[in-house]
Amino acid sequence: MTRSATAGLAVCLTLLALAVLASLAIGPISIPPARVWEILWHAASGGMAQGRALREAVVVLDIRLPRTVLGLLVGAGTAAAGAVMQGVFRNPLADPGLVGVSSGAALAAVMWIVLGAPLAALLPTFVEGFGLPLAAFLGGLGTTALLHAIATRDGRTSIATLLFAGLAIGALAGAATGLMVFISSDQQLRDFTFWSFGSLSGATWARVLSCLPFMLGLFLLCGMLGRALDALALGEAEAFHVGIDVERSKRFAIAGVAAGVGAAVAVAGVVGFVGLVVPHLLRLAIGPGNRVLLPASALLGGALLLAADVAARTLASPAELPLGVVTASVGAPFFLWLLLRRRAALFG
Amino acid sequence: MDGKGTGRVGRARHRGRRAVLLACALLLAGPAAARTVTDARGRTVEIADTGRVVAIGGAVTEILYALGLADRIIAVDTTSLYPASALKDKPNVGYMRAISPEGVLALGPTLVVAAEGSGPPDAIKVLGSASVPFLVIPEAHDAEGVVARIRLIAEAMDVRPAGESLAAAVADDFAALAALRARITTPRTATFVLSAQGAAPVVGGSGSGADAILQLAGIRNAMSALKGYKPAVDEAMLAAEPEAIIVMRNGAGGLSDEALLALPAFAGTPAARAGRVIGIDGAYALGFGPRTPQAARDLAAALYPELALPALPPRPWAQGAGGGG
Repeated sequence: MTRSATAGLAVCLTLLALAVLASLAIGPISIPPARVWEILWHAASGGMAQGRALREAVVVLDIRLPRTVLGLLVGAGTAAAGAVMQGVFRNPLADPGLVGVSSGAALAAVMWIVLGAPLAALLPTFVEGFGLPLAAFLGGLGTTALLHAIATRDGRTSIATLLFAGLAIGALAGAATGLMVFISSDQQLRDFTFWSFGSLSGATWARVLSCLPFMLGLFLLCGMLGRALDALALGEAEAFHVGIDVERSKRFAIAGVAAGVGAAVAVAGVVGFVGLVVPHLLRLAIGPGNRVLLPASALLGGALLLAADVAARTLASPAELPLGVVTASVGAPFFLWLLLRRRAALFG
Repeated sequence: MDGKGTGRVGRARHRGRRAVLLACALLLAGPAAARTVTDARGRTVEIADTGRVVAIGGAVTEILYALGLADRIIAVDTTSLYPASALKDKPNVGYMRAISPEGVLALGPTLVVAAEGSGPPDAIKVLGSASVPFLVIPEAHDAEGVVARIRLIAEAMDVRPAGESLAAAVADDFAALAALRARITTPRTATFVLSAQGAAPVVGGSGSGADAILQLAGIRNAMSALKGYKPAVDEAMLAAEPEAIIVMRNGAGGLSDEALLALPAFAGTPAARAGRVIGIDGAYALGFGPRTPQAARDLAAALYPELALPALPPRPWAQGAGGGG
């Protein structure tokens, strides 16, 4: 590992640590950082708080801590998945949405919101809150599986077919989503609109645990795929010649991304631009080597999402800005700047 | 041509030719007999014929029914949920915020009465510039507003006396409600949750209809720091310590009461400890029509059961009104 790579990872890790601290210490209720630390220390050593301290402890331990962990997982997973997609598609503009996860999840989510009431009534109370996340997760996974089946022939997955079929399926899912929006009530429309901008609200340990296995799977995959993606950057034939099982790598990458992003979308809605911008930024800073890029993307993605969430819950407090509004208003201008730079490189 | 006009002609025929001529002159001078009223947009609307009315907005329909003018309504919108017969008996022109001008005008109305907030804006513009008079009824969030709505509709429909007696009765109900409210010595706080599915729960802040009905019911809005209906940060909702959560009866985004109280934003609140979720009927409690005093009383009775607040005097326009159950 080069010195710049080590330094890059160290910077990402530091930023993530700062974001975690900020997310635990900053919120509409002001609790001094020293108190926050004390509460965490107290809880870790098994103590129970009382009185006014109890309320602060509830805020830190039951609201901010699960929210922070969830944000970390969602941000890290989304950004790592973006890096994997850009590697597989060999295109710096690829994002996890290309394999249909987001559009499929959005369609399933809006269907659940508009048509799911009779189904929700059948669910036992303790899983009721999971109806929407589960629907979104299955919708995302199902769409990716369909796309993969379309793009695969004789055990070979054509990336070009995947891309074009993805556009078609995305348009189709968009049309169906539009139809659901058309028949929805005011309340359902509002639910879906806010869902589609993403939010870490409602973060509980149960939600954290439900998405943890998929995220761990994705991170594990990132650890394994680094070399394969580096080889793929040279071309599929070249990668094959240096001993990479190209088809297997593609299959794993797509499955891992679908599961990870599907889980992220399920627990936090659609949070835009993190998956696109974070790997890009890092490629500029530390180079294109995937063995460093993938873990660094995960670290910086977590940091960015947590920072965005701190902004979302404090800028308009006690109202909460949609998370996607914050990430996109930072991400989109950056993306444009990136395009302009690329244009200069291409035409200059 | 309206029913009253032909009646006038019929009577006139029996009184001889002079009277017939007079009646004809009256009919020819029809437009001069038209009333002009100023609507919520500050526009003067000239109304000649009130025989075929399209009512857009639940409160508009409720007021027309309460004035005994149900037979002059030719169509309503989908928010006209009370009385239940309205949507059953009359064709509907769709949802009040998604009105199609062609759909409304195709019914051949002589007057369109719409609550403020009807839309989309382009449709309202088209209706406003059509030859059919188009009257917008102002937003109302208190006693004066509701009474003003009743008076404006009664004036437009040329039933002033009926309008005055309805307005007086509703004003009496609001006064009786104020007397009940005076019995509340320690006001409780509540959070109105519009929806809680998918993202941060959307709650009613100051200036919202929910805030207004809470005030009328003598309940303090725990989330009055917000403006309008907004998603709120979970820890801010927890810190507001509401003693009750108020939801629309069809559920906050489909969540059951238990699932709602289990959200991190509410799990530690006094409302969750007491398991106090109060469901209200949206059209009843947030419609701001003649049933509003009854709706506010029902809400107060649900939150202050120990005061045993009596029901308001029965009114024909608030029969079988959905209580806060």
